[in-house]
Amino acid sequence: MAITVIPFGPQHPVLPEPIHLTLKVEDEIVKEAIPALGYVHRGLERLVEIRDYHQMITVCERVCGICSMIHGTCYSQCIEELMDIEVTDRAKMLRVIWSELHRMHSHLLWLGLFADAFGFEALFMQFWKVRERIMDINEATAGSRVIVSVNIIGGVRADLSPEQLRWILSELDIAEKEIKDMQNTIMNDYTVKTRTCGIGVLSYDQAYELGAAGPTLRGSGVASDMRMNGYGAYGELDIEPIIETAGDCWARCTVRFREVLQSIDLVRQAISKLPEGELAVKVKGNPPEGEVYARVEQPRGECVYYIKGNGTKNLDRLRIRTPTFANIPPLLTMLPECELADVPVIVLSIDPCISCTER
Amino acid sequence: MFGSFIKKSRAKSPWIMHFDCGSCNGCDIEVLACLTPLYDVERFGIINVGNPKHADVLLVTGTVNHRNKKVLKNLYDQMPEPKAVIAIGACGNTGGVFREAYNVVGGVDKIIPVDVYVPGCPAKPEAIIDGVVLGLAKFAQKVEEAE
Amino acid sequence: MQGKVIDVTIDTIVGEVMNMKNDGQRFVTFSTYQEAEGKLGILYHFDKDLEDTHLRLVVDMDKPIPSVSGVYFAAMLVENEIRDQWDVKFDGLVLDFNRTLFLDPEVTQVPLVSNVKIQPKK
Repeated sequence: MAITVIPFGPQHPVLPEPIHLTLKVEDEIVKEAIPALGYVHRGLERLVEIRDYHQMITVCERVCGICSMIHGTCYSQCIEELMDIEVTDRAKMLRVIWSELHRMHSHLLWLGLFADAFGFEALFMQFWKVRERIMDINEATAGSRVIVSVNIIGGVRADLSPEQLRWILSELDIAEKEIKDMQNTIMNDYTVKTRTCGIGVLSYDQAYELGAAGPTLRGSGVASDMRMNGYGAYGELDIEPIIETAGDCWARCTVRFREVLQSIDLVRQAISKLPEGELAVKVKGNPPEGEVYARVEQPRGECVYYIKGNGTKNLDRLRIRTPTFANIPPLLTMLPECELADVPVIVLSIDPCISCTER
Repeated sequence: MFGSFIKKSRAKSPWIMHFDCGSCNGCDIEVLACLTPLYDVERFGIINVGNPKHADVLLVTGTVNHRNKKVLKNLYDQMPEPKAVIAIGACGNTGGVFREAYNVVGGVDKIIPVDVYVPGCPAKPEAIIDGVVLGLAKFAQKVEEAE
Repeated sequence: MQGKVIDVTIDTIVGEVMNMKNDGQRFVTFSTYQEAEGKLGILYHFDKDLEDTHLRLVVDMDKPIPSVSGVYFAAMLVENEIRDQWDVKFDGLVLDFNRTLFLDPEVTQVPLVSNVKIQPKK
C-alpha cells in the first residue's frame, strides 16, 4: 500500500489555533505524525531583559489567555520565593478562588470545542452558555473577562466583598445544576461514546514515560496533580486527584468534566475558609541572585517555571514549560494506527494550547 | 437583477474567517464567544467559515511572526475580492506587549492592508461585534466600488 | 531551589538519566541558562511522587551535547527547542528539526545568546 502525505493545519476548521501536523497515511490509517510548530512563537522569555520584574506579570499572563490567572500566580510565587516575601493568607485564598474559576471556564471551553470536533454543535453551544456565567463572575469581580490580572508581587490587587461572595455562590449553584444536566449526554450518549471510546489510547506506562501532564496523564490512571503539593492555599483545602483508567479520549473528557465539578467544590471550600487580612504586602528592592523552580497545576496540566535572578530589577532568565509542550510527545504516540477521521478528536483530546507551547 | 441580489446579500450576510496569527488565545476565545448563545452573531447572518475561498471578512488576532506571515499572506490572497480585514486586540494592531520580542514582526498591517482596528487586551466580544459592523460598512462600500 | 540538585558532567549525563528512568522518575523538562561566556547551563528536571530532582550540567556551547532523547523520547522536543534558542548541537537526537522547530529558516540570529540585544521600541 502506498503512503500518502496529508498536511493537517495550520488553518483547520476544528483548531482555533495554528498547529501543523504532517500525517503519513496508508489507506485510511495514520502511520506517522510529525509536528511543525512555530506559528505562534513570539520569544517572550527574552523580554525579561527589558521589562522589570513587576512588568513581567503582564507578559506572563499573556503566555496564554485561557490559563492566564495561573501563569500570573506561578510567576508571582516564584518571585515571592526568590525575594522571601510572605503573602497573607487572604491573598493566597483569593488566588485559589480565581484560579479555580479560571480552570472551570477553561474546561467548559474545551468541553464545548471537543463536542464541536465530533460534530455535536448543540452541546458546544450549551457548554459555552454555562461558561458565560463564569465569565460574568470574572468580569464583575476583576473587571476583565479573560485575562483577570489580579496578581501582583506580594498578593492580589482586588478584593471580594461579602455580597460578591454570596453572589458567586448563588451563580455557582445555578451553573452546577446546568452542568449536571449535561453529564448524561457527554458521558453516556451513543454518538459521543462511538466517537471517543477506545480512540487514541495511551496506557499508564506510556503516559508516565512520555512525561504527559494534567488530564492526559490522569486519564491514563496516574494520580498526579500539582495541587496535591499544597502550593498557595491548596494545602488547606480537601482535594483528591481525579483519575480515569481507560486512557482514551472518553477518559480524558470525563476527567475534565469531573474537574469542573471539583472546581466548583473547591471555590465553595475556599469561600467558606476565606480568612480576614491584608490583600498585599509591600515589596521593596530587587530580586536577589538565585534560582527558583516552581510547579503549579493549570487546566491543561503541570506548568513549570524556572527563574534566575541576578540582583537587578531585570531577571537573568525566565523559562516556562507549559503543559501542552509536555503533551505533544504523547500525542505523537496516540496518532499512529488511528483513522484519519479521528485525528481532530485525538488532537483536541490533549487540549492543545499552542500559544502556551510556543510562547 | 441577479447582480444586485448578490450585491445585497454579500453585505447583509457576510461570511467571516478567523485566523489566529500568534495571539495568546484571549482574543480568539472572545471571537468564538461571539458565535455562542449570549452574543450570537449568527442572528445578523454572520457565519464563521474555515475556508478562505468562502470568506468575505478576515478576522486576525495576534502578532505576526516570521513563520506565520506567509500563512497570513497566503490566506489573504486566497480570499475572493472584495474583502475586508479586521485586526483584533492590541497585538493585532501594533504587536502589543510582545512588540519587542525577537520573533515578532509587528501588527497585522505590516503584511496585509487592514480596514478596521479593534482595541483591547483582550478585546471584548461587544467591541469585536462593533468592529465587524464597522468593517461591514467598509465592505459594502467596496462591493459598490467593485461594480 | 526546591528539590535535590546533582551535578553531572558531559560523560556521565546519559548514564545518570538512565538511572533516573530505572528509578521510576517522570521526566519533566530541561531549563537552560547562560552560565558564563560560551558556557551553557542545563538543568534536567525529574519528578517522582511530587518530589523534585534536578541534574545540573554545564557545557561548552561549541561542543556537541549527548542527547537523552534515546532514553526519554519526550526529551526530543525540548532538545530541539534548546537547539533553536542557543544553537548548540545534540549527538544522537532522534528527530532533529535542525533549528526550525520554532524559528523560520530565514531567521539566522540565535535568540538567547547575548550577542543580540533587543531594544525597547518607542
